[in-house]
Amino acid sequence: MSRVPDSQTGQLAPLRVVEDDVPSPVLSEAVRRQAERIIAKYPTRRSALVPLLYLVQSEAGWVPRQGMREVGELLGITTAEVEAVATFYTMLKLHPCGRYVLSICTNPSCSLVGGRALYQRAKELLGPGSEQVTADGLFTLEEEECLAACDTAPVVALNYLFFDRVSQQQLEQMIGSIRAGSVPEASRGGVPGELKEVSRTLAGLNGLRPAEGAASDG
Amino acid sequence: MAEFEPVLTARWGNPDAVTMDGYEKTGGYAALHKALGMTPDAVIDEVKASGLRGRGGAGFPTGTKWSFIPQNTGKPVYVTVNFDESEPGTFNNRELVERDPHQLVEGAIICAYAVRCHTVFIYTRGEFVWPGTVLERAVGEAYEKGYLGRRIVGSDFDLDIVVHRGAGAYICGEETALLESLEGRRGQPKLRPPFPAVEGLYRSPTVINNVETLSCVPHIIDRGAQWFASIGSEKSAGPGVFSISGKVERPGNHEAPMGTPARELLEMAGGVRDGKRLKAFTPGGSSTPFLVEEHLDTPMDFDSVQAAGSLLGTKAMIVLDERDCIVDAVLRFTQFYAHESCGKCTPCREGTWWAARVLERIERGHGRMEDIDLLQDTGRNMLFKAFCALADGAVSPIDSSIKFFRDEYEEHIRLGWCPFREDRELVRAASPRTGGTEGGTAQILPEGRELDLGEVLG
Ligand SMILES: Cc1cc2nc3c(=O)[nH]c(=O)nc-3n(C[C@H](O)[C@H](O)[C@H](O)COP(=O)(O)O)c2cc1C
Ligand code: FES
Repeated sequence: MSRVPDSQTGQLAPLRVVEDDVPSPVLSEAVRRQAERIIAKYPTRRSALVPLLYLVQSEAGWVPRQGMREVGELLGITTAEVEAVATFYTMLKLHPCGRYVLSICTNPSCSLVGGRALYQRAKELLGPGSEQVTADGLFTLEEEECLAACDTAPVVALNYLFFDRVSQQQLEQMIGSIRAGSVPEASRGGVPGELKEVSRTLAGLNGLRPAEGAASDG
Repeated sequence: MAEFEPVLTARWGNPDAVTMDGYEKTGGYAALHKALGMTPDAVIDEVKASGLRGRGGAGFPTGTKWSFIPQNTGKPVYVTVNFDESEPGTFNNRELVERDPHQLVEGAIICAYAVRCHTVFIYTRGEFVWPGTVLERAVGEAYEKGYLGRRIVGSDFDLDIVVHRGAGAYICGEETALLESLEGRRGQPKLRPPFPAVEGLYRSPTVINNVETLSCVPHIIDRGAQWFASIGSEKSAGPGVFSISGKVERPGNHEAPMGTPARELLEMAGGVRDGKRLKAFTPGGSSTPFLVEEHLDTPMDFDSVQAAGSLLGTKAMIVLDERDCIVDAVLRFTQFYAHESCGKCTPCREGTWWAARVLERIERGHGRMEDIDLLQDTGRNMLFKAFCALADGAVSPIDSSIKFFRDEYEEHIRLGWCPFREDRELVRAASPRTGGTEGGTAQILPEGRELDLGEVLG
């Protein structure tokens, strides 16, 4: 995992040894059938690589090496080839993650109006280690690049659903209410689901057309 | 000017427009019916005659791009919609899709018909979970209505659209990287030629167009090339959606004819916030050189902005006011490029990384006067020296800020801290000069010491 220095303090998060594997298979038979439907959308099997890694993430909550091995088998490519791709993309999480990825944009259009202060506040609230996962398993904190929503700066995203013009107070409430078991509604797209659920959307499962075989799927 | 009526954003006030019903009630899919009654070549000619130029940054004439697609090569033709929108400060594609997804779908279908393609991929930025869902619903509705699938609207033309989600990488907006990513590889750009038009996705002829570009197409077919060409300036035809953000009263997307002066756009966004003075703005996202007050009368079209020393890019104005620190903004942009460089080309991978370190030490008060030259030299070694334009984009904010604000760089270095910061204590607290915390990058560099890779990676 590459470590990105905090844009504000320049500090790197302390290096920690993190889990990168799980002992048992990730993809069940039913999920493998869904994988085949995703693969069928593309002219080549390999094009489904990122969608299938999202599918792994939707099952495991992150992308363990075991998942990469299974995807490699499904696509007929090596684990190394899968890993080379998995490590390229930041939305594929290669370590155990919180159920909610909290992304705070600190690119200039957001930081000019308070984005950085929000990120620093979130770091304080979630504590050390939150860039991996908080102790309660709820959050992974990310300093985000421009989310293409600068009209509503500063932007905070929860599992990639956006909250517009977030104040310090709103951020505190957001974190507090998630800890208390209630997830606030995003500015567009409803109440963010857990990372596993959002990963299903990202895998393209919601966009599958019935003709592509939904009926045959348990 | 005064009589300009919104085209691309005309349906934004109408929440129904996201549905098939709402879209059709406001004239939607009429252009598709019309196009299917024309020959594919006639559609290409119409788009050519309209003067439409690509809105993804490079401004390439769209009809010409389509006409480059060779036919009867024995390979399929692909159309790829670039919905990866990640250029800092740019958010017009997102809102175009969120508020009027069928406009894009219709444009993509017409494009596919013109270049004789049967599979369109819409490469959607991963973080666009919601916009992507809006798009998937629109595509689903288009299948139900028979605008997609076998023999669309009674013609003998078959077409599928696949929405593909990215996974968080700015570079995948670059066309060759996008295609690599879509083939299930790392998103790393490739040397051109061969251009995608000849050898693109799966080594087949491929058209890649931006969301706004394709959103213009139904209007061109519907109302004619002449009408489209009559809007905007001579070499930049049509309407455009300008993203305006940063220190303005009303950040947002504002539609105006291409070539509208920057000053008018700034006024549409309510002017600089709190009545402050403008310090600098990007005309087209962070990859385009900063412009300043004296450039406010520049018409925002491809050629005029270039003549003013910058680029129209993605038509995204990021506005800084007099209280904002230019070094800090440039540092943050440079951190972005360092993070997003795919690492394939050495000048880009190393240049962005080291430029960020040097900017960091200037902003945090450890800079040396030679650092300014060092930054410019780093830029010279990056510009036009990589496979794609990411490195060139990274040089833009650095070089242009030194050009207009060299005195501010010097002041940082002289003072030993950033004169603009309200949170100076935070920075000083993290500084070794004041006995601050350990473990960072800039702060582990005592005065006068050279940057050392091993030390920084600690
Ligand atoms: C680093 C980089 C990022 C880019 N990102 C995007 C993007 O997100 N969306 C886009 O349409 N074009 C982007 N482009 C431009 C594309 O390479 C390409 O020129 C464009 O999609 C072509 O479409 P158009 O002719 O309709 O403008 C990017 C280019 C570079 C060098
Ligand atoms: S800078 Fe934060 S969304 Fe664009």
